[in-house]
Amino acid sequence: MAEKWKTGLLGWVDARFPLSKMWNEHLAEYYAPRNFNFWYYFGSLALLVLVMQIITGIWLTMNYKPDALLAFNSVEYIMRDVNWGWLIRYMHSTGASFFFIVVYLHMFRALLYGSYKKPRELIWIFGMIIYVCLMAEAFMGYLLPWGQMSYWGAQVIISLFGAIPGIGDSLALWIRGDYVISDVTLNRFFAFHVIAVPIILLALVVMHILALHEVGSNNPDGVEIKKVKGPDGHPVDGIPFHPYYTVKDIVGVIVFLIFFCIVVFFMPEMGGYFLEHDNFVPADPLKTPLHIKPLWYFTPFYAILRAVPDKLLGVIAMGAAIVLLFFLPWLDRSPVKSIRYRGIAYKVALGMFIVSFLALGYLGGEPATPVLTNFARLFSILYFAFFAVLLILPMFEKTKPVPDRVTSK
Amino acid sequence: MKKRLLPLLLILVPVLALAAEDGVHLDKANIDPDNQQSLQRGARLFVNYCLSCHAAGLMRYERMGQDLGISELQVAENLMFTGGKVGDLMTVATDPEDAVEWFGTVPPDLSVIARARGVDWLYTYLRSFYLDPSRVTGVNNLVFPDVGMPDVLWELQGWQKPVITTVKDADGTEHKVIDLELVKPGLMSPKEFDRAVRDLVNFLDYMAEPGKHDRQALGVKVILFLLVFLVVAYLLKKEFWKDVH
Repeated sequence: MAEKWKTGLLGWVDARFPLSKMWNEHLAEYYAPRNFNFWYYFGSLALLVLVMQIITGIWLTMNYKPDALLAFNSVEYIMRDVNWGWLIRYMHSTGASFFFIVVYLHMFRALLYGSYKKPRELIWIFGMIIYVCLMAEAFMGYLLPWGQMSYWGAQVIISLFGAIPGIGDSLALWIRGDYVISDVTLNRFFAFHVIAVPIILLALVVMHILALHEVGSNNPDGVEIKKVKGPDGHPVDGIPFHPYYTVKDIVGVIVFLIFFCIVVFFMPEMGGYFLEHDNFVPADPLKTPLHIKPLWYFTPFYAILRAVPDKLLGVIAMGAAIVLLFFLPWLDRSPVKSIRYRGIAYKVALGMFIVSFLALGYLGGEPATPVLTNFARLFSILYFAFFAVLLILPMFEKTKPVPDRVTSK
Repeated sequence: MKKRLLPLLLILVPVLALAAEDGVHLDKANIDPDNQQSLQRGARLFVNYCLSCHAAGLMRYERMGQDLGISELQVAENLMFTGGKVGDLMTVATDPEDAVEWFGTVPPDLSVIARARGVDWLYTYLRSFYLDPSRVTGVNNLVFPDVGMPDVLWELQGWQKPVITTVKDADGTEHKVIDLELVKPGLMSPKEFDRAVRDLVNFLDYMAEPGKHDRQALGVKVILFLLVFLVVAYLLKKEFWKDVH
């Protein structure tokens, strides 16, 4: 086959650029385990949403004005006077939330099947950096519509940097470029949102995928398919990514798009979760909204922040909630990857972790009443307890024997 | 040190504020966005009673006419009082400094107010003005206490007076319940007035997102297409995966 390709235009290109080689390495001859299940759709879906955000973002930039006096109205101009502007804007705003839904499910998959474990630590680390960049991207993007929640959300979050002893206040000032959120902040956030962070994100995604294709994909059984190879030198339990997983992922993409379009066309505000009601009021530095809260994808960490009575410690706890995830490959020392062959203790711990995360997500969006704050404290402790449990689990956990080959169901 | 306390205070403010706002019961607006006559009546009320102080600076007269089935000529003759072109935005001539002097604040732009406040809030707010001699405007509002806005719809609704009753809870705590009683009827009966406000709120809701109707209509087609595409994609996947076992 390779011989045939040496002629014609493709042959000419291949002699100068590894086009066929790349195609084969990453698609046609990239052998993926044949037993991927539901949870394995979210990687390709994350890529889809990234591309969608970049394309809709480019078109939004054509009419958006990063100017404190014009920004709010320019968004409504896009919604009303630009042809198809409303669709592009809703795709972008809905895409932001769906990006986090997809990424959270993608990360949950890694927790289910131990995908972060040796030899995939770097895939996990790159992924975590992508996640952090995504949070920065979403946070800065949310300032751009210049509504009340854009403004005050940014004000509260940036003031958190002020809690750092010594340099805090000057650091917050440096980030804002002003004493309050202002036109200066809007302009620099715009620059980061449309250029700096997307470039870093794209580079990281490439690294994430290159690292994955270097070691090969994990699977629901947590077995290394490369250990059992057929006479052709390919893993017996592997199938070429293209065409098998490309056609399978297209099905996933369409199902995803159906859910996505239901939101875009019928509930773009998603009851105030995707587009907050207060953000339809232009930013006003003199009027503090009644209830300042970040968008839903930040609320778990916001709840942890508020649960700690001391501000600096709260910021540290919030940071730790994310930083600890980076260390998962080394905190979780069980030799068994997949939850299928792990003991009941891990299942309970992971269940508790997910429940805590969801509960914190709910609490972070609610006003901090004394009762709710106590709940937030309880769930924060449970959240962190997960990492401690991981450390001691191997001492008593009874795991089941892991098969040599993947199982079909 | 004070600066560091600010965010904490900001976090506390909503708790107190919410406790205060919780008491207000909002009536359901029950608007009908497909009722074009209601929207037209709402548009007329809007330009007559709101647009002299509030702008709708993101909305064009022309678009309103197209969406509501009003011809350009009718729009220019019946709904535009300040002259100008039919393609203009619905702005007001009021000087913001004058507005601050008259009302204590600049009346907010109403283009997207329905998305910020919600239709039920608007519907209840516009019907909840009551006489209060302690206020400069002579009126106060149940939903928005000490609001700067005068009761511009008074000639339609008439004047309402508060009736304060004290109700005891099951656990013994006392609550003050304020009911409103019509003391001087206006041009409309209470029923007619409710309908008029419903029309007005319906129009405000339309104006907050003029493309809503098109969006939903397109959405049905897009999702139908995706469902067909899903069948094709699923069959394709099944065909390819025949030899995987």
